[in-house]
Amino acid sequence: MDGSSDALIEAHGLSKNYGTTQAVRDVSFRVSRGEVVGFLGPNGAGKTTTMKILTGFLRPTAGHAVLGGVDVAEDPLAAQAQLGYLPEGAPLYDEMMVVDFLRYVAELRGVAPGDRASRMRTVSERCGIVDVLGKDIVQLSKGYRQRVALAQAMLHDPDLLILDEPTSGLDPNQIIEIRQLIKDLGREKTIILSTHILPEVQATCNRILIINDGQLVADDSPEALTGQGAGAVIKLELKPASDSVTGDQVRSLLAEQPGVRAVDLLATEGDGVLRFSIRGKGSVDPREALFAAAVANQWTLLEMHRERGSLEDTFRRLTRGEAS
Amino acid sequence: MAVIWSIAKTELRAYFDSAIAYVCIGAFLGGSALVFYTILFLQGQVSMRALFMPSLISPSALLALLIPILTIRLVAEEKRTGTIELLTTFPIRDSEVVLGKFLGALGLILAALLMTLAFTFTVATLGHLDWGPVFTGYLGLILFATALTALGVMCSTLSESQIVAAVIGVFLALGLYFVDFLHVLLPSGLGSFVQTISISHHLSDLSRGVIDTRDVLYYLSVTAIALLLAERSLARSHA
Ligand SMILES: Nc1ncnc2c1ncn2[C@@H]1O[C@H](COP(=O)(O)OP(=O)(O)OP(=O)(O)O)[C@@H](O)[C@H]1O
Ligand SMILES: [Mg+2]
Repeated sequence: MDGSSDALIEAHGLSKNYGTTQAVRDVSFRVSRGEVVGFLGPNGAGKTTTMKILTGFLRPTAGHAVLGGVDVAEDPLAAQAQLGYLPEGAPLYDEMMVVDFLRYVAELRGVAPGDRASRMRTVSERCGIVDVLGKDIVQLSKGYRQRVALAQAMLHDPDLLILDEPTSGLDPNQIIEIRQLIKDLGREKTIILSTHILPEVQATCNRILIINDGQLVADDSPEALTGQGAGAVIKLELKPASDSVTGDQVRSLLAEQPGVRAVDLLATEGDGVLRFSIRGKGSVDPREALFAAAVANQWTLLEMHRERGSLEDTFRRLTRGEAS
Repeated sequence: MAVIWSIAKTELRAYFDSAIAYVCIGAFLGGSALVFYTILFLQGQVSMRALFMPSLISPSALLALLIPILTIRLVAEEKRTGTIELLTTFPIRDSEVVLGKFLGALGLILAALLMTLAFTFTVATLGHLDWGPVFTGYLGLILFATALTALGVMCSTLSESQIVAAVIGVFLALGLYFVDFLHVLLPSGLGSFVQTISISHHLSDLSRGVIDTRDVLYYLSVTAIALLLAERSLARSHA
């Protein structure tokens, strides 16, 4: 173990097979104290399975998970004491009253008897469930269920929150409220959350893991993954000095410029105007080089702008097997 | 310890909120009263034997049917709804979960047995009652119910389908109960083996006022083994 002490989650080569299905394959990552990590991936990618391994609910077929320096398989109770977990779909004891449920969780979580009432009050207020404390859980709307499940995860004030699709089933207003809550929580806690809503990750997380078909395909900051979208894409419109210059000649000249990975000739207009789409290499911005090339070749530059790649682009590229 | 008590208390409360508990206890008390008073007045004896003696139609046979039905939801329901994921990711042991659920169900079943004291008092008012067999009879019923409850908890961990778990539980309990009645049909070696494993056979002596340590040990071992297997099975179900 490479025991740097600020890593709250260490996943070392986690694999999980269900019969012949390889749900998770050799997934490794570390999450430092204070990070808010978004866990993305298409349906069936292995997000839930990975989280179940981290929480000690599932034993991995291979590899091991370490929470706050404690190996989950070796000392599950000590590992679990550090975390709050919102399982996918917010399973709750339907026939219980919300307040009884929270009290039960407080008892099982070992919250000191003297602290129970105040912890219950704090999380009820933060999750906005004060009004439904006296209701049976079965009567709650999906959004309120989700809040109760979140309150349950925060009850013992853990350092680490593992949230599997915390905003699924919520209406847009509630999504924004829960997102804000997660953002606030992220100031004091380490959070790993899975979601299918990409803007949510950009709004709340400072790091993104993308898993596809059981394998980790990205682990970076939202900025880096956003910029990397399709590389930066530059749209360029220019008019060569003479009509004898063909679009293909211009294209090959552009392609030679530093920082340019690929050039597409989109259109040749009647008045000799050429339109190109240019992909940059990685995070290099090729616009200066393009401008210099235009000056050197006496092209009249009519338009040049950079389109920022989106997280959607990156996500689609990484999860549809179109490796760059 | 506190955790076991919390779980037991919560399960007990859940029973008192559920129709199935009232239906089962009602069936037990109603059925037992019918059998008990019929035999009492037909035979005209001042005796509690009808309450304790195992037979095809008896209070203990009713328990063998009803306890598996009552206990089956304990773990199977949590598996079906997914709350097992909460329970097993709390920092508590699988053994604490099993013991808590076992004790919660046992509390309900002992409460039902306690209510049969009403029968005892009727008999006591009718004439002189020999309290020795009453005491051993109740000891027998309690041990018998404890072992069945443990078996029920075990079966409850076997499937997330309550129907499947209940069918296994009811067959196991009734099988262990009625297998004793077959021993006369079997060759003697097999016959005595069948008596040794039968959950009703060990009730006979106790119902007559005789405490045999082998009977007590039988019930305690069945309880312990069933609870151990339940813990194993629960641990494996989230492996
Ligand atoms: N209990 C199980 N038995 C068999 N296969 C399973 C089981 N649970 C999950 N799988 C399979 O493992 C793979 C990963 O599933 P997982 O639930 O981890 O995906 P996910 O990323 O959480 O998906 P989603 O976004 O739909 O929640 C899928 O192929 C799924 O069918
Ligand atoms: Mg999932």
